[in-house]
Amino acid sequence: MSSTNVKMEETPGPVNLSDAPPGRSLWQDAFARLLHKRMAVASGILLGVIVLAAVVVPWISPYNYFTPEWALLDTPPTLHGGHIFGTDDLGRDLLVRVMWGCRVSLMTGAVASVVSIVIGVLWGAAAGFVGGRVDSFMMRIVDVLYSVPFIPFVIVLVVMFGRNLFLLFVAIGAVSWLDIARIVRGQTLSLRNKEFIEAARASGVRGPTIVVRHLIPNLLGIVIIYATLTVPSVILFEAFLSFLGLGVQAPMTSLGVLVSDGASDLQSYPYQLIIPAIFLALIVYCLNYLGDGLRDVLDPKAR
Amino acid sequence: MLRYTISRLLGAIPTVMVIITLAFLLLHAAPGGPFDSQKKIPPEIKANIERKYHLDEPLYKQYLRYLGGMMQGDLGPSYQYRDTTVNQIIREGFPIDIIIGGIALAGALLIGLPIGMIAALRRNTGWDHVPMGLSMMGISVPVFVVAPILILLFAVNLHWFPAGGWTSHSLLKVVLPSAALAAPYIAYVARLMRGSMVEVLNSQFILMARAKGVPRYLLILRHALKPALMPLVSFLGPAVAGVITGSIVIETIFGLPGIGRAFVDGALNRDYTLVLGVTVLYGVLIVLFNLLADLSYSLLDPRVRY
Repeated sequence: MSSTNVKMEETPGPVNLSDAPPGRSLWQDAFARLLHKRMAVASGILLGVIVLAAVVVPWISPYNYFTPEWALLDTPPTLHGGHIFGTDDLGRDLLVRVMWGCRVSLMTGAVASVVSIVIGVLWGAAAGFVGGRVDSFMMRIVDVLYSVPFIPFVIVLVVMFGRNLFLLFVAIGAVSWLDIARIVRGQTLSLRNKEFIEAARASGVRGPTIVVRHLIPNLLGIVIIYATLTVPSVILFEAFLSFLGLGVQAPMTSLGVLVSDGASDLQSYPYQLIIPAIFLALIVYCLNYLGDGLRDVLDPKAR
Repeated sequence: MLRYTISRLLGAIPTVMVIITLAFLLLHAAPGGPFDSQKKIPPEIKANIERKYHLDEPLYKQYLRYLGGMMQGDLGPSYQYRDTTVNQIIREGFPIDIIIGGIALAGALLIGLPIGMIAALRRNTGWDHVPMGLSMMGISVPVFVVAPILILLFAVNLHWFPAGGWTSHSLLKVVLPSAALAAPYIAYVARLMRGSMVEVLNSQFILMARAKGVPRYLLILRHALKPALMPLVSFLGPAVAGVITGSIVIETIFGLPGIGRAFVDGALNRDYTLVLGVTVLYGVLIVLFNLLADLSYSLLDPRVRY
């Protein structure tokens, strides 16, 4: 251990990476170009507003998501009287419920995406970096898992092991890492013969450290793109499970639960479907546009 | 080609085995059994039931028994519906899914392809921006929002199509379920097609053909279309998986007696054999369509040879 340290000090560090401008200017460059994508910027702002509302509204609202109000069942949206989005079939304020739904959906999306990205990036980077037989074996596993019908598996998992949010995160995250693993592996293969990796190796950095310190930062662009695109698909998946009654449990709610409740009484109270559906669609829409915009500015192939 | 097909088919066997084993172990690791009920059954009767379904045997024996049955195409008896085999349930429910899913996929191709092509040919005009904006919406709005709205519009208000069910003899009953299922795929296909068409149109051989003076319609139909279809082919596998997911929702909303709904009910009632059988069927379907996608590459791209 100490000998490697000595060796590293002896190498006359050709450039100190921390004050080399190109690395940072790439991100600044990308950010500047992103600002020129009007749709992406608008999506980002709208998404920010929704997130802010989801955090703030349940906090300052006089209503909560679980107390029924028997005198005010199915009140349509109104500007005076306090219930801007109306109330649901138990008289609960729909605005607060929709905002809680946004919270749960966004949280699920974020946490499950983090799970899937961590697994996917490590798996893909390891396979691509080690190469050879290990690579083909690891990718063969991914291929096999690709053909596994995951929806049934997640349904079984959720049904049999109880419906808690944490399990939902893990289950969704664990099934959506395959795409990222493939992309990251491809990217790693093209990076691993680059000079800076060779330089790191020559100066005695160990494999895992190279992966974490040198490879993964260079994969960040593509990972950010896919992260942005994974979140909406996870949100839709959670909504799908909730719609089947397998997601979060009452009185807690998510956008999927709200949509499903609304759909059951669409003829008499269409607003109970349409309002949560609009929020669900807006969140997914914004994230997709943001992902597209990021792809345009971060993916070298798309330039 | 034949050799490749056979080797790929053989290669699919381990995949299917993994699916069966995973599903089998997951089901048996779950707490609670299929015959635990609210009512107290005398232990002797419960033991009898379990003996009848071989649930008293050690796990590996049950597993081997299941595999042996599968080899002969027997998926076992359903635990939930007495005197009904899983094969019967699938035989009754699966055709409905094939019809709805097939129409939805075909419709998605028929509608999505031209839209994507026109958008690519008229890039950065209204023909591009409007359909692509709409298609982003199609991706963002889930099936279970589209379906109720379709019912409200076309069944409740306009009375054009029935709102659900599968008992009527009129063919109109397939329209709304297929349309709701197809909606996101029209959007996907259009976006994919636009992207790949733009890429192909920018490539050298198109420039070459144009320089030779190939008329525009021939340029598109004979030169650009085939390579542009490649990404769509690889989308086939995921699309089938998506249609399976979608059909579970569609069956619930439209009240169709397909296997998607039977699967969810089976999972809720711990009908192990039914859940296993349907999972295996789904897995085989996805494996098959991935294989089909790989094989059609060689038809579309002469550079790909097996």
